[in-house]
Amino acid sequence: MQRRINLWSNIDWLAVTIYLVLVFLGWVNIYAAVYNEEHHSIFDVTQRYGKQLIWISAAIVIAFLVFIIDINFYSYFAYLVYGVMIFLLLAVLIFGLEVHGARSWFQIGNIRIQPSEFAKIATALALARYLSTFNVQLNTFKTYLRVAAIILVPAFLILLQNDTGSALVYFAFIMVLYREGISASVLLLGFFVIVLFILALILEKLIIISLSIGVVFIIFWILNRKFKNVALGFGILMASSAILYGLNEFLVLGLSYYYIMLSALGFSALVYIILSIRYKVRSVILLLVFLLGSIIFTFSVDYVFNNFLEEHQQKRINVVLGLESDPYGVEYNVNQSKIAIGSGGFSGKGFLRGTQTKFDFVPEQSTDFIFCTIGEEWGFVGTFFVLGLFIFFLYRLIGIAERQRSSFSRIYGYGVVSVLFFHIAINIGMTIGLVPVIGIPLPFFSYGGSSLWGFTIMLFIFLRLDASRLEMLG
Amino acid sequence: MDSFANRRHIIRFVIILVGLIYIIRLFLLQVVDNTYKVTASSNVLRYVTQFPARGLIYDREGRLLVYNEAAYDLMLVPQQLEAFDTAEFCDILNVSKEYIDENIKRAKDYSHYNSSIFLKQVSSITYANLQEKLYKYPGFYVQARTLRKYTNENGAHLLGYVGEVNDKIIEKDDYYKSGDYIGISGIEQSYEEYLRGEKGVNVYLVDVHNRIKGTYSNGRLDKKAEVGSNIISTIDVDLQSYGEKLMNNKIGSIVAIEPSTGEILALVSAPTYNPELLVGRIRTKNYVNLMSDTLKPLFNRALMAQYPPGSTFKIINGLIGLQEKVLWTSTEHDCAGAYYSGRMRVGCHIHRSPLDFIESIQMSCNTYYCNVFRSILDNKKYPTIRESFDQWREYVMSFGFGQYLNSDFSNELKGLVPTKQTYDRVYGEKGWRSLTLVSMAIGQGELGTTPLQMANMTAAIANRGYYYTPHIVKEIEGDYSLDDRFYQKNYTKIDSNYFNIVIEGMDLAVNGEPGSGSTARTAHLEDVVVCGKTGTAENPHGEDHSIFIAFAPKDDPKIAIAVYIENGGFGGTWAAPTAKLMIEKYLNDSISVPWWEQYVLNAEINYNAETDKPLE
Repeated sequence: MQRRINLWSNIDWLAVTIYLVLVFLGWVNIYAAVYNEEHHSIFDVTQRYGKQLIWISAAIVIAFLVFIIDINFYSYFAYLVYGVMIFLLLAVLIFGLEVHGARSWFQIGNIRIQPSEFAKIATALALARYLSTFNVQLNTFKTYLRVAAIILVPAFLILLQNDTGSALVYFAFIMVLYREGISASVLLLGFFVIVLFILALILEKLIIISLSIGVVFIIFWILNRKFKNVALGFGILMASSAILYGLNEFLVLGLSYYYIMLSALGFSALVYIILSIRYKVRSVILLLVFLLGSIIFTFSVDYVFNNFLEEHQQKRINVVLGLESDPYGVEYNVNQSKIAIGSGGFSGKGFLRGTQTKFDFVPEQSTDFIFCTIGEEWGFVGTFFVLGLFIFFLYRLIGIAERQRSSFSRIYGYGVVSVLFFHIAINIGMTIGLVPVIGIPLPFFSYGGSSLWGFTIMLFIFLRLDASRLEMLG
Repeated sequence: MDSFANRRHIIRFVIILVGLIYIIRLFLLQVVDNTYKVTASSNVLRYVTQFPARGLIYDREGRLLVYNEAAYDLMLVPQQLEAFDTAEFCDILNVSKEYIDENIKRAKDYSHYNSSIFLKQVSSITYANLQEKLYKYPGFYVQARTLRKYTNENGAHLLGYVGEVNDKIIEKDDYYKSGDYIGISGIEQSYEEYLRGEKGVNVYLVDVHNRIKGTYSNGRLDKKAEVGSNIISTIDVDLQSYGEKLMNNKIGSIVAIEPSTGEILALVSAPTYNPELLVGRIRTKNYVNLMSDTLKPLFNRALMAQYPPGSTFKIINGLIGLQEKVLWTSTEHDCAGAYYSGRMRVGCHIHRSPLDFIESIQMSCNTYYCNVFRSILDNKKYPTIRESFDQWREYVMSFGFGQYLNSDFSNELKGLVPTKQTYDRVYGEKGWRSLTLVSMAIGQGELGTTPLQMANMTAAIANRGYYYTPHIVKEIEGDYSLDDRFYQKNYTKIDSNYFNIVIEGMDLAVNGEPGSGSTARTAHLEDVVVCGKTGTAENPHGEDHSIFIAFAPKDDPKIAIAVYIENGGFGGTWAAPTAKLMIEKYLNDSISVPWWEQYVLNAEINYNAETDKPLE
């Protein structure tokens, strides 16, 4: 089944080069972020940039090791690796070290390892293995359930570690599922839920209910294609609303608009059901269930938000939505980050000339907020270059994934792309105030051995699979 | 097999879309929006003020009067505090544990990141001790300041003092920031702009905890503090201290002026205080004590006390009479111990009669001047008394009375010369005659003059008709010249030849033969011709004030002086000998008859009386 082909000549050197460039830029920017004149040697291992150099060297060795291993190992042992990772995630809950409130680290001697950074790889492998299994297709409930289990079990365990950011990363695998054929309506539903969640926090419930009704009518029109039916349904709702409103005014009942609207809706729903059964109009009941679901969801958002999210998480969300202002608390980080990036201007202040990031105005500037250093010292030119490089890198990786003959390799490739994309989008989006502060690293840039090694292993497994793509017959 | 391959386009589209949104956002943030650049610079640059040393003050001979002593404010940045040995800290600073707790709390209330003053004006000895151990007390640092220091305890009123600026000043003048020092009175106030120098600034980069990380741009924006200009005052410190010594145990004032320049040689206001009392940490406490003293030592009588000029004013009325040609040297008037007109009686003392003009000055005859004054006001040249009074008033004003002299002291008073409206209000436009105002003939009544104005008048007489605006500063170091007004002659409205006539009278008043009736023989000196005039200001609150004005030498006046001794009785009793001693001290630097010195020094004149209030 296999053909021997020169491994080295089949490596995607462009991807490797981009990887090396990103890692190098990350190191230089960590140097700039924590630079001080007492320790100005970039090789000083007492400082973060010195340590990062050690992590980088080790990462390159690890990349070699990944290449030496036979490609069949990854698909054969995917479940085993996944199992071991789940075990480690459980173990870290018991034996782990707590740092900044998250119990997600193993301490071995002087080295701290964060298993959640490696669990993504295991999940991507397991997902690829399962979805590439003959006869598995993303159209049965059983498959959905299993896929959900593969993705959500590690996510749940990481959530238990109190590392919400890393847990959210697992949502990225939706991209893999989409590529592998999950129904678009499932995604739309998910998208609708997210939009509804955000709207429920910003807008009045009454407006959201009205909007939901509008959306349902539009969907009804799309499905039904009969303007007459839509108009009739709308007319019934309007009429019943008007009657109830009139009664309320006339009898001076003093009912709130909520009651009027919901009662009118309930009355209309009865009429709809009767009419739909009588005239055999399809999907009306489904739409009513959908509408009911979204109304209940809207009302439960407040409850969920207030009872299931922690205070700092609520604040972060509120700050991004502009509902809350807290310049010295939650907003402080984002503001300082925006000031740092904004002050870079078009061409930046120059290497080591950044003042915001250097003097600790921006918190976590060598880890989660490393993008600020780029923004401040290299300006728009720098941020454009780095962001462009990331996008190009992802584009390239998609290209690589698509040329795979084996679906395992392709699915795993999309797993890599989705995790990287999620990290990049959330991390950079957070520094420029477009998404809430979620503490996840910028791949290849942020200081830290675990995340660098994790991303390196993840990427090079994919490049290893790619190098041998011609050996596989799919 | 792969029926969803087309979905890769959607995925790529989403990724590129997110990338585009982010790039647009970054473009807006970094290129379009400028606000972040401004915020960034205020975030990291700290402007640390460099306080310049204040200019020094010298006397006219170049003797140092006021200088600076380094003092150190102990500053605290609460955020950098760490646990420390309070017992040792209390020991070094000589403060209580309560003080430390209280002030740490105060500093924290103000700001955790910004520094505030923890202990003001630590002495240099304490500072030396502290500095060695300061490393043990993170969060504390020392900021250098300067405090005023005085070589001797004289001249408190004219030197003035320095204190912290108040909110009103900060609002008005943006040079000053809270905690800055400013001259509050005397030379310190008038020449504040020169003395203060120019504050400098060092721009440092600081981190988010306000810790200094280095200079900004190698000090490109730094500005060095410019030391204040030194000032040479017109004071003769020997004369000043001698005057203060003579005025010991007395209330009153001495002002001595060099007539040829208008320079103030001495400016004594008694009682005075030691200027050191109003420096540093003890200032507030001492200020309150001085304020509550019934003798009002802070009150600068030389500039702010208004007394009637008394008989010294006869000179002015005489000069006006001569100028208006209602009086000649030969004019004689009888005096029978008082001036009578209708029911009006102005008392006089016993002297021979009749007297001519020069003798009238020598013997200070009240009757003579009632006649002179009435003839000025009843002059037929003018249709009514309202016009002749105006004319008289103009003459008086030309000596600097009834208006600000515009010296370089900011707190001088105008004094009082009534206007015709004053009388119109009381008597009605046609209701007053020359007799109504006759008390002004002898310098009583509605007149109010300050000792400075009196000394100035004396200088104008000594100069035979003009004066230079009196001033306390001779020279400002550097390229500065004084204000033009100090170099201009201010002419009186009296022709200069008339002055020689009154000066003859003033000469006789001091140097007339014993028994000739001269009123100021107590001011006589053997080797210097002193010309003077006594005065006695009626005081409704108690004993009359003793007044004497004089200049010397007669032909080449070097000093013009006015002495007021409250409740001192006749001018010849205390004021004249005091003036004499001052003149001799200044001209000869020695006292020929020590007996006179002892006589004045030992006098304690109504010093504890509570009733002695100068007219205000």
